Order: sequence, then structure tokens, then C-alpha cells
Amino acid sequence: MKLDGTTYRLTDTGNLGRIALITGLVFLAVSAIGYAQNPGRFFPAYLTAYVYWLTIALGGLFFTMLHHLTGARWSTVLRRLSESIAGTLPLMLVLFIPVILGLHDLFHWSHSEIYDPSSPAFDELLSKKEPYLNTTFFYIRAAIYFAVWIVLSGVLGRTSLRQDQRHSAGQMQNLRRVSAPGMVAFGLTLTFASFDWLMSLDAHWYSTIFGVYIFSGAFLAILSFMVLMGAYMRKSGVLADVITVEHYHDIGKLAFAFIIFWAYMAFSQYFLIWYANIPEENYWYLYRWDSSWKSVSLIIVFGHFVIPFLGLLTRAAKRSVGFLTSMAVWILIMHWVDLYWLVMPTHHQSGAHFSWMDVTTLLGVGGLFFWYFWKRYTARALVPVNDPNLAASIRFINA
Amino acid sequence: MKSSFKPLPEITLAEFASPEQLLTAAEKMRESGYTRFDCHSPFPIHGMDDAMGLGRSPLGYIVGVMGSVGLLGMLLLTWWTSAVDYPFVISGKPYFSWQAYIPVVFAITVLFSAFGAFFGMLSLNQLPRLFHPVFGSERFGRVTDGGFFVSVQADDALYEREKVAAFLESIGGKNVEVVTGDED
Repeated sequence: MKLDGTTYRLTDTGNLGRIALITGLVFLAVSAIGYAQNPGRFFPAYLTAYVYWLTIALGGLFFTMLHHLTGARWSTVLRRLSESIAGTLPLMLVLFIPVILGLHDLFHWSHSEIYDPSSPAFDELLSKKEPYLNTTFFYIRAAIYFAVWIVLSGVLGRTSLRQDQRHSAGQMQNLRRVSAPGMVAFGLTLTFASFDWLMSLDAHWYSTIFGVYIFSGAFLAILSFMVLMGAYMRKSGVLADVITVEHYHDIGKLAFAFIIFWAYMAFSQYFLIWYANIPEENYWYLYRWDSSWKSVSLIIVFGHFVIPFLGLLTRAAKRSVGFLTSMAVWILIMHWVDLYWLVMPTHHQSGAHFSWMDVTTLLGVGGLFFWYFWKRYTARALVPVNDPNLAASIRFINA
Repeated sequence: MKSSFKPLPEITLAEFASPEQLLTAAEKMRESGYTRFDCHSPFPIHGMDDAMGLGRSPLGYIVGVMGSVGLLGMLLLTWWTSAVDYPFVISGKPYFSWQAYIPVVFAITVLFSAFGAFFGMLSLNQLPRLFHPVFGSERFGRVTDGGFFVSVQADDALYEREKVAAFLESIGGKNVEVVTGDED
């Protein structure tokens, strides 16, 4: 990679994008074999992989809007990164197609006979939820989510690009005006999308905090992803003096805060269900605490909270790019384990059954995600060159 | 807080025209080996800690220790009261149901951390302090709106009235005065 120091454009983008594209296509093709052999196992694996990369893309959208809303200066150098990550949302719409194809394999509620009183499969409880849990409304909702996400990321991305040509104060105002209602729309769509695509896997169970739980994981994932990208470019000598230790320190602080926030949400969800001890809620945790799922649950408690909490506690840890990078890799792995733990036990209540498809779908979707992100990111200036806060962001120092 | 009753030594005050000058003055003071000096300004100045050569505050460690004490102390208290001293079955759960105690353990951890931060900050700053020699300077009142001052304490190893005054003037200080802190 080579950077033109004045325009902040890469003159040589390297072959990372091509590698990612090939990885994505090869592994999706391999996953397709798995689909042909065992669709019942393929779809949960695909859903986990899909939601994993989707949460990173949505985290990018959230980070961008947060930046505009708070008028933050320090994160200006990271804005193009988060905008480009959010820019993958149109691709995520295309990658959503296999989830639709697997609707009957994934979601028990999508079978119409459970709503039919004359059928032996009739489910009294679920039939009460039919006005919400029916395929037509499911598609309508999914369309709304993607419309909101694609419009938001598109408007924010395009306005930001126009700023590169010619800056005006109106652009900054527009970015903010879009972000404010955008944030509300984001909160609602992310919450209901997590209800639809994850929580409804086990349609009897419900938790109102579920959306916030997914959000906290998504924000951790995007922070970790940005640390990785920053560290990768730093290694190649790109933006090394633009994204400085001070910026890593701030990302580290946010990550540390959201490790606690994630644990707070995870515990709040568990705590109320444990306390009330009502059968229609507590079984969800019970079968995650039986068999080999118990080990996975414990890995999440320690790996997703205790270890990163202690790891990111000190100032020195947040200011060491090398250490922060390893922590970011760890959190990204834990985020996947967390989603795996949400999706898989529904289909394998008796214990964890690892499949090669879990890996191939992750790399397949991830390859395409990364290729699309990298193409967008490197096609423009790597930082918003005309942003009035850019110089302050580069100079930024943690007091 | 014994220090608040110990009379402070005399100080030499010098006024500077701007925050930038105060920052350079602080750097020069540090480079010349002064340690017992302070800078006064109406607002915080970025980079002043480094210019004065102040290290990292140990407050974080105080908060960490206090938080851990709160965490362990409260776990111990909930365990002892509900499983040892007065065991009582509540909604069929085990005596020591740690899940139920997490909210209070968390709250006490936060409370102890806040105590550590608040009282630790006060004691590190040697507050409350009811009297300070700068009160003896009329001019020093300007520090609340537009004055920038450096004060050097007499217990500095390099302190000699004439030398300090000359040095302060050489780095751009104006209106150098010695304030003893005695009432006059």
C-alpha cells in the first residue's frame, strides 16, 4: 500500500481486496456443498455468519451517526473507516437472500400449520403471536430495516464525499440533521431486527432487552474492527501519523466502557429471568446451562467480560497498539461465540455440534463483506480531507 | 489533613501576560530544576501537566483499591448475612444466591470507588486548605479572570529571593513580588 500524503488517497491499494473476494467466493461455494448435503445445518451456520458481519456493518452506521451527533473531533480521522463499513449495507441486503430461502429451516413459527387449530402441530401460545410472527409481515419489516439502513448510510456517505470536493457549513448541519432521527430509527430497526432474526428462532421465548444486548455486541465489534484496520494500515506505514496512539487510546476507552455495558445488559437479561423463574422464560437459559452448552456459556462470561475487562483496565494497555490489536482480535472472536450461543442451541438443544460450515460461511460472508468494504474505503480519500475538524483530530491529545 | 494547618512557606509570585507565556514559563522553571512551584490560571491550559513535569496522578490506583474493597466487602457481607448468620430460604433458591446480590455488590463497588475518587482527590491536593500565602497578594485576585501567575515556594531547594526574582523576570515574568503569608 502507498499513500499520497496530500490527497490522502492510496496510489497502490494492494491486493487485499482481491484476496478477500476470492476467499469469499471460494468459501461460499464450499458452503453451498454443505447446503446441498444438509440444509438444516447450513442455515443456522449461515445466519450466525450473516448476523456477525451485519452487526459490524451496523456498528459502522452507529459510530458514524454518533460522531456527527456529538460533534466529536477526535474521531474525524476514523470517520471514513466507519462510513465505508456502513457502506456495505447494500451488500448485506443481497446476502440476506439465503436467510429468506432458509426461513422454514430456521424459524419454527414460519410453518403455517402451527397456527391451524385443527392441525396436530397447533401451538396455542404461538397462535397468539401470529399477527406479528407471520411471513408476510416478516418480509415487510425486513424491507423497512434495510430501507432505513441503506438510506441512512447512503446519505451520510454521499454528503461526506461531497465535502471532499467542496466544504460548506450546510453539509455539517445536514449530517447532523440526518443523524438525529437516524439514531432513533437505528435503535428501533436494530431492536426489531434482532427480535425477528435471532430472538424468534425460539419463538416462545422473549426478552425485551435483547435488542440492546445485540447493539452492545455490535458496537464492541465495530470498535475492534477499526482497531484491526488501523493497525494493519499502520504496519504498512499508511496513516501511521494520522491515526495516532491517542486515537487508539480513545477507542480503547470506548471498548472498555462497552465491555461493561455488554455485561450489564447480559446480566440484566439473565437476572430478571433467573429471579422470576417462570418456565416459559427460564428454559432458554436452562438448555444453555446443560450439556456442552454450559462450557460455551462460561467461555462467554469469562471471555466476553472478565478477560477483556481486566485486559483493557489500564491506561498502558489502551495505549499499546500491539496489545490493543490482540484484544480486538479476542473481542471479535468472542462476538462470534456470543452469536453462535444465541443461534445454535435452538437447533441443537442437547449440546454443541460444531460443523465445518460454521467456519466456511463465516469466511464466505466475511470475504465478500471485506472486499466490498475495502473497495469503497480505498476508492476515496482515507480521511475526510475538507472537514474543518480534521487538523484538530490529527493533533488530538488525551489530556 | 494535617497539612491544612501547617503554615505554608513564603512564596515569590510573578505575573505572565498570556496562557502561552505561562506554558513556556512552566517549561523553563522545570528545565532549571525548580520543583516546588505552581502555575495559576483562570482556566485549564492544555499541556500544562507536561510543561510543569507533573507525573501521572495515582488517583486511579486509589479508586481501584477502594472499588475492590467495596466489591469483596459486599460479597462477604451478603454471604455472611444470608448464608451464615441468618440462613433463610427465599423463593426456593440457595442461601447464597450470588445473582441476587450482584446489584448491591455493584452499587457498593461504585460507591466506594466514588469515595476513593472524591476523598483521594481532596487529600492528594492537600484540601481543604483554609489559608494560602497567595491571599497576601492584591494583584493575585486577577487570577480569577485574566491573570496568569507562577508561584515559587521557599522550600524549593533552589530558592533564594533575589535569584528567583531575577530568574522569573528573565523568563518574562512581570510584577514579581514576595508574599510571606503573614498578616500585615
